[in-house]
Amino acid sequence: MAILGLAIKSFRNRKFTTGLTVLSIALSVMLLLGIEKIRAGAETSFTSTISGTDLIVGARSSPVQLLLYSVFHIGNPTNNISVHSYEEISEQPQVKWAIPLSLGDSHKGYRVVGTSADFYQHFRFGKQQSLQLEQGAWFGEGYQAVVGADVAAAQGYEPGTEIIIAHGSGDESFITHADKPFRIAGVLQRTGTPVDRAVYVGLESIDAIHEDFEGDEHDHDPLMRHADHAHESEEGEVSAILIGLQSRGAALAMQRTINEHDHEPLTAIMPGTVLLEVWQMMGTVENVLMVVSGFVVAVGLFSMLIILMTSLNERRREMAILRSVGARPAHVFVLIMGEAVFLTLLAIILGLAMVYALMLFMQPWLESAFGLYVAIGWPNTTELILLSVIALCGFLIGLIPSLRIYRYSLADGMTIRV
Amino acid sequence: MASDDKNHASSILEQPPVIQIADLRFAWKKQAKPVLEIASLQIHREERVFLRGPSGSGKSTLLNLLAGVALPQSGVLKVLGQDMTVLGSAQRDHFRADHIGFIFQMFNLIPYLSVVENVTLPCRFSGKRRHKVLAQGDSLEHEAIRLLDHLDMAHADVLHEPVSELSVGQQQRVAAARALIGAPELVIADEPTSSLDADRRSAFIDLLFRECDSANATLIFVSHDNTLQAPFERTIEFDQLNRAAQAQPKLHVVS
Repeated sequence: MAILGLAIKSFRNRKFTTGLTVLSIALSVMLLLGIEKIRAGAETSFTSTISGTDLIVGARSSPVQLLLYSVFHIGNPTNNISVHSYEEISEQPQVKWAIPLSLGDSHKGYRVVGTSADFYQHFRFGKQQSLQLEQGAWFGEGYQAVVGADVAAAQGYEPGTEIIIAHGSGDESFITHADKPFRIAGVLQRTGTPVDRAVYVGLESIDAIHEDFEGDEHDHDPLMRHADHAHESEEGEVSAILIGLQSRGAALAMQRTINEHDHEPLTAIMPGTVLLEVWQMMGTVENVLMVVSGFVVAVGLFSMLIILMTSLNERRREMAILRSVGARPAHVFVLIMGEAVFLTLLAIILGLAMVYALMLFMQPWLESAFGLYVAIGWPNTTELILLSVIALCGFLIGLIPSLRIYRYSLADGMTIRV
Repeated sequence: MASDDKNHASSILEQPPVIQIADLRFAWKKQAKPVLEIASLQIHREERVFLRGPSGSGKSTLLNLLAGVALPQSGVLKVLGQDMTVLGSAQRDHFRADHIGFIFQMFNLIPYLSVVENVTLPCRFSGKRRHKVLAQGDSLEHEAIRLLDHLDMAHADVLHEPVSELSVGQQQRVAAARALIGAPELVIADEPTSSLDADRRSAFIDLLFRECDSANATLIFVSHDNTLQAPFERTIEFDQLNRAAQAQPKLHVVS
């Protein structure tokens, strides 16, 4: 394969211009794959965030907003639901289980979710997987918390650690419940969902710290008081309820019943439907990005065509010399084609390397800022198809100068007058 | 010694001619006016022939035919006894690689190869020439350096330099070494000295003669420059050889 050796030497000789071409194609490959990886990551994150929940109930708001704050911990509820409504709904005969969620507090930027043991028992994600504890146990009575895997890993928490909960969802909150530290009872196993980045505490304890915080001067521990005056306070509220029904078929009727609830305006959504809605909203953006990056790839490949075409006239002399020492027109074809193939493959490999480097760099940020878990693994089928299409386009573009030099070489023979 | 020479000469004559052409006709397109019409041409082994003709007279076309790059429409064309018209194009390319060394007027070297790589280039395409070198118990690089040394070009600092750093005269000597490596039977030089000054021209021709002699190669030297023809054994006037050129209006008359 003497001719391939020549192709590589020729490439090295023009390494600056060809290097720039490779870089421009590699960047476009990186863009295309990066978008595809984020899309795939988003899809996986989305579809595996919640499963087995038939309805999500919140105060009257847009279904998308309700889904985002209750499941993805993005944004805040505009209003809460009274405990009264929660109890009324959970006592409906079709309701198998109802998980209360109380939002609004945070710990070092992580959402604090007030809930009950039902969450641990009934919440499902991915393919109907249940939550598992990595260490310790689910919280019991008192100021106890269970933390997600990311929280534990990032903060080095383990059962027994005491944490302070802050009011509001900001990273740096000035109003903290420092007088009531929570003791970590357990650490959840990684789920790849927003659960990993949340802190779970008992609904009663979160109500208790708020009552205390709101200025009531109590001589005794509010948690104790709470037990005495159970649900006496009308301020007892939850942010959302996750509901599992006896039969999925009842979901539509139940949704209507809740939406027409007399005592307070509520919204019930079927998570699957709203997930799809949100996904389609993002899908449009994603398609636009794909088209744009497709154009970027086309521009990159076009620059390769320009580089190869402009060098052709100069290289006709080279081809005549090669013909004189016995090269066949097919060799000359392979020389140019080999260069196009080499450039394209090099660009793809470089683009892949760049996209993995970028992912490695951006993964923690994507996860913490957007709740997007982008898996760093072998390219998936879609990515392989995209890469093959790029490779094929590169080869097809390489055919143009290769066929032209083949024809030149047939006509020129060993003598050219340029 | 004299009888040796005689025997040598007679043995050469007994061998088939290096080039044998009869009633050859070539046109670029069928039915177009022919650019070449040669009734007869024979060049013998180890002859040193000066082929003279003005530019545009069809010399380059003849070289393409001898190299097997193009085929005549009719007539006999044998190179080293091989009928070129019966070979397929790939076989002709092989034949050229194995048996013919070329030196051109300019732009002789591949710019991205070093001096040594340029010289050994024919051995990449011809197994026969590579084996000839290796059969002498030499590596390709050593043989390239030996040839370059004969041409006073084997300075260590030059060998692995990019060829673009060389002067034109040096480039032509590298081209000569490339034409000669692996001892091809036929060396064809197409105006190799036109970019050299007068002193360097005769020095270059001397070199070429010496190397062709030691390799027992036949030399066809194409030029329009009359002043160079003296050392050659035979001069062929291309205008007289090519009847197609004679038929054309005489725009350029060679004195």
